[in-house]
Amino acid sequence: MQFDVIFEPATLKLFWQGILVSLKLLVISVSIGALLSIPLAVLRVSRNKWLSTPVWLYTYVMRGTPMLIQVYLIYYGVAQLDIVQANWDTVALFKPFKDALFCCVLAFTLNTCAYTTEMLAGAIRDTNHGEVEAAKAMGMSKWQVMRRIVLPSALRRTLPSYSNEVIMMLHGTSLASTVPALMDITGAARSVYSDYYLPFEAFITAGAIYLVLTFTLVGLFKLAERRWLAYLQPRKA
Amino acid sequence: MSIKLSVDNLHKRYGSHEVLKGVSLTANAGDVISIIGSSGSGKSTFLRCINMLERPHMGRITVAGEEMKLVTAKDGMFKAADDKQLQMMRAKLAMVFQHFNLWAHMTVLENIIEAPVNVLKVPKDEAIARARKYLDKVGLKDVEDKYPAHMSGGQQQRVAIARALAVEPEVMLFDEPTSALDPELVGEVLRVMKALAEEGRTMVVVTHEMAFAREVSNHVIFLHKGLIEEQGDPKAVLVNPKSERLQQFLKGSLK
Repeated sequence: MQFDVIFEPATLKLFWQGILVSLKLLVISVSIGALLSIPLAVLRVSRNKWLSTPVWLYTYVMRGTPMLIQVYLIYYGVAQLDIVQANWDTVALFKPFKDALFCCVLAFTLNTCAYTTEMLAGAIRDTNHGEVEAAKAMGMSKWQVMRRIVLPSALRRTLPSYSNEVIMMLHGTSLASTVPALMDITGAARSVYSDYYLPFEAFITAGAIYLVLTFTLVGLFKLAERRWLAYLQPRKA
Repeated sequence: MSIKLSVDNLHKRYGSHEVLKGVSLTANAGDVISIIGSSGSGKSTFLRCINMLERPHMGRITVAGEEMKLVTAKDGMFKAADDKQLQMMRAKLAMVFQHFNLWAHMTVLENIIEAPVNVLKVPKDEAIARARKYLDKVGLKDVEDKYPAHMSGGQQQRVAIARALAVEPEVMLFDEPTSALDPELVGEVLRVMKALAEEGRTMVVVTHEMAFAREVSNHVIFLHKGLIEEQGDPKAVLVNPKSERLQQFLKGSLK
């Protein structure tokens, strides 16, 4: 093993930039995905078929296909279309597709948003019916019941499964390394591997970085659960 | 004496099964009306129709002189013609449930100020003062920051009563408020309800507690198969029931 190569300043810098790219991909896609999932989940549980069916179709397709295919379809598909490339300096809608990072973020966001929507919709359906009745009986409007009772409760109950989703997405960002223009953690490891032909050193380092990031995320979610799920925890003496 | 609640000729069916076949009730200010009957008699359904948690097929509901605007929906049941009016009327008919139905993710204080702040638009500090007053009234101390799951059933039900009081309703509806409680916790809830009755609150109580019906309420209604079989002064009705059904029912309840 020649780990001294890893600790050379140039390699460290490569990995550090990889971490920044991975975290950027993760934070942007997970936050936008989470924000969009809230209204989508509300539509998903709607009794109106015209509202719920499109959301169902979206989550069904996104959850039924691998994220790598989704990245490819956007980066090698949409972004390579002649009509997009010919017009991306003039048409505002096409412009972002010039950027590889945008293509990845778009794919990741669409993917995580679909999973989060289903999780949240499940939690909304599981809301204690008695609590909803109490809210109605106290004079709340449908919208108030959703905003004050159902959503706050469902969002909290989604937290444990959502932490898994975020960790899966962190690991999923390694798919960004398939896009040539992006150098995330996995991309950095691949570059070190091909420069020095040191597969174990390069990928063990990448793995260790993912491990540290994962446990940091787990810790953060533990804190969040202690704060927002206190009502489900056993009572303290 | 002013009429706080009048329900006129209420009908409700599930499919072809008629649960309520024309039930009426009038509550004057300060009345405590107990509704008794065996399970399936329609007593809970009746109470839940009053604030439209169940939608009746026919009837009129008037709270403190204001009649609820109801129209027949496509499915044959009533629906509110005016959602805003229904919401304001529901706040005048605060309900206490068998299973408390406190909002689990909110602390006790948050539970109690929720409707005053968000439905009645009471300023928050005023709502908090009000919440403390009613917590005191139901005999709870040092529970403001607790979550419902960390309290006993009796305490939870008393919080639920404080939550109902906090909207300062015209009429309080109780749907079997002690049925989900351990026997030794029933007393604390009944004592609170008795104190409320004594201060002149108008209450409609669906209950299995014959002692409460006899001692606290001033009117008792015995429902049987969706109709009022017998009603009147509890001392008379419960001690010397005229109808055979009520005699059987009281024999069964052993109290």
